[in-house]
Amino acid sequence: MNVLVFLIPISLFLGGLGMVACLWTLRARQYDDLEGDAARVLLDREPDEP
Amino acid sequence: MTAFADPHALVETRRHVVLSVPDMRCAGCIAGVEGALKALPDVAEARVNLGDKQVRVSGAFADATPLIAALDAKGFAAREMDDSALAPAVDSEGRGLLMRIGVAGFGMMNVMILSVAIWSGASEITRDLFHWISAAIAVPAVIYAARPFYASALTALSARRVNMDVPISLAILLALGMSVHEAYVGGEDAWFDAALSLTLFLLIGRYLDHRTRRAARSAAAALTALEVPRATLLTESGDRVVPTADLAIGDRIRVAPGARVPVDGEVIEGAADLDRSLLTGESLPVRAIPGTDVAAGETVLGAPLVLRTSAVGEDTSLRRMARAVAVAEGARGKHVALADRAARIYAPLVHSLAAIGFTGWFIATGDVHKSLLVAVALLIITCPCALGLAVPAVSVSASGRMFKLGLLLKSATALERLAQVDAIVLDKTGTLTTGVAKLDHLDPEAASVALGLARASDHPVSRAIAAALSDMRAAELNSVREVSGDGVEARWKGRPVRLGRGARGTELVLPDRDPINVSPVETLRPGAAELVAAAQRAGLPVLLLSGDRTEPVRRLAETLNLPDWRAEADPQDKLALLRDQAAQGHKVLMVGDGLNDAGALAAAHVSIAPATALDAARAASDAVLLGGDLSVIPQALDLAGQARRRILQNFGLAATYNAISVPLAMAGLATPLMAAAAMSTSSILVVLNAIRLKVRR
Repeated sequence: MNVLVFLIPISLFLGGLGMVACLWTLRARQYDDLEGDAARVLLDREPDEP
Repeated sequence: MTAFADPHALVETRRHVVLSVPDMRCAGCIAGVEGALKALPDVAEARVNLGDKQVRVSGAFADATPLIAALDAKGFAAREMDDSALAPAVDSEGRGLLMRIGVAGFGMMNVMILSVAIWSGASEITRDLFHWISAAIAVPAVIYAARPFYASALTALSARRVNMDVPISLAILLALGMSVHEAYVGGEDAWFDAALSLTLFLLIGRYLDHRTRRAARSAAAALTALEVPRATLLTESGDRVVPTADLAIGDRIRVAPGARVPVDGEVIEGAADLDRSLLTGESLPVRAIPGTDVAAGETVLGAPLVLRTSAVGEDTSLRRMARAVAVAEGARGKHVALADRAARIYAPLVHSLAAIGFTGWFIATGDVHKSLLVAVALLIITCPCALGLAVPAVSVSASGRMFKLGLLLKSATALERLAQVDAIVLDKTGTLTTGVAKLDHLDPEAASVALGLARASDHPVSRAIAAALSDMRAAELNSVREVSGDGVEARWKGRPVRLGRGARGTELVLPDRDPINVSPVETLRPGAAELVAAAQRAGLPVLLLSGDRTEPVRRLAETLNLPDWRAEADPQDKLALLRDQAAQGHKVLMVGDGLNDAGALAAAHVSIAPATALDAARAASDAVLLGGDLSVIPQALDLAGQARRRILQNFGLAATYNAISVPLAMAGLATPLMAAAAMSTSSILVVLNAIRLKVRR
């Protein structure tokens, strides 16, 4: 059971990492135009970033 | 131009404009729209938002006219929107909810990992340790993430009301408190994961609900913004474009051909035709010469007019009608959304169940701890997860599909009201019909001359004629000139020809021949016949209600095979008829575009206006048809009906799940594992049911 000493902090750390990543995507406004972003992949040349 | 005279023109070099482009659907359209705009010399940046069907442009252009023209050339119809009236681009409330969803979601996952270990049989010290770690994650996460519920519950309680958030907050906080206590005494069952997943699912429902409302709200604001209120003021030092709000009585303004008159006034220079159809429903233009009174909302055709303003701002006839509309609208806010009705039954029911559970167990065993656990289990099990998701999931899914069809819902309850429609009232001019020439009677020679003349003018009649003859070859004409407001003259093979106003409407005059009548004949908007046919198939009575003269209305009714029609109805007649229908208990769908329809649109149970409608009419309606095709309306009615059935099914699903689990919880048999499984499955079922909606053609 001593392995828990490592595993629990690791799992908490990974979970926290996921949460931070999620908050980052939010702040970077990656959900503003989901449909447009889905379509833009199909363009040959991505028009200049704003 | 006046760039040197006006210092502001030099300072203000970078402007932002938002254009609504409803026809964008694919990747090619993004490239087409952005490419067309960026090819213009003054445009610095153009960025399409495909979800909102808008493009945000910035650059040094003076106004949006060249942008709209460039898009028009590529085949995209665009309209300018007033950026200031649009909802702010950053939706802080929505982002706050998403953050809370993120925190609750990741908290729940971590607690769930530990809970699985506990459910798998972890015991003694390991279980207590896991409980404490869960508490360390769950307590701060729940306190942060569930704040919208506490806030709303407190507001309701301080107003001595009970809303849905009261049982929710109670369940979350009691579950959390009891779980900490369990961890402290080394008990078996802790509900940390339940408290978190409850928070998560409810937050998702809350977010979806927020999105529908925000979309509806910003649509309403954007629509009033579609008509950009500016006027060309004539002053000693030259012409200036000013906001309509800055005009004073006695100002001289110029109205360009094709533009709407911004205020009431009298013509002092120029002669042109006036299109009054939006105000009165008349299908044929009337003549305006110096001395004619014109009203805000009329469209000038053919030639520019100079007006002296006689009423501005709130005093214009347009505003007065808009106020009447606002009164009619106030009377409509009685519809109670299904979700609210469910909540009214639900909140007291849950409280009584929990109270019965607690007192029952307390009387039977005298054990406060056990009784509280039962109450917590009951509160969590009866959690309105499915209920909280049942309506928003369906609304989001249905309004998204309607937007794809080209119907923009402005009001949050419009979907539910659309589903109840049992009669349809249609306006004629501008709604069912558009004026387009019908020129089958011209021989090739006459047609080619007519086309040559029509191409030389911007008058809507000329444009309609040119469009109707677009597959012909234009005759070669010399010295073509447009006689302001009167027609086009030219020489053909050395002899004079003319297209313009004549004794019997628009005439084509050729050498040695009688004048040929080429007056535009009203033609049906695409989908009008399908709309009527579909409504009759569905057994909905359809009434044609028009302000136009009897003859054209009767003809249209015959074409569409409509037995019920009424002509020469003024705005009061229309309003009275709609009120009458409502008093008889009919739930009427009104489709109309004119200011004369606005009162009726507001009085109808639910109403739709085409995007070409006057803004008062759009403001009075619940939904706006972005494209031109009316056959979308029966599809939307079908979709709304499906959505209502899905919502009721979802209520049914939630009730079934409660009917099974409440007795178990009452008996004290509910475990955290059971609650977690049931809560997730019911929520997922409800969401899956919501996205089953289909557009049927």
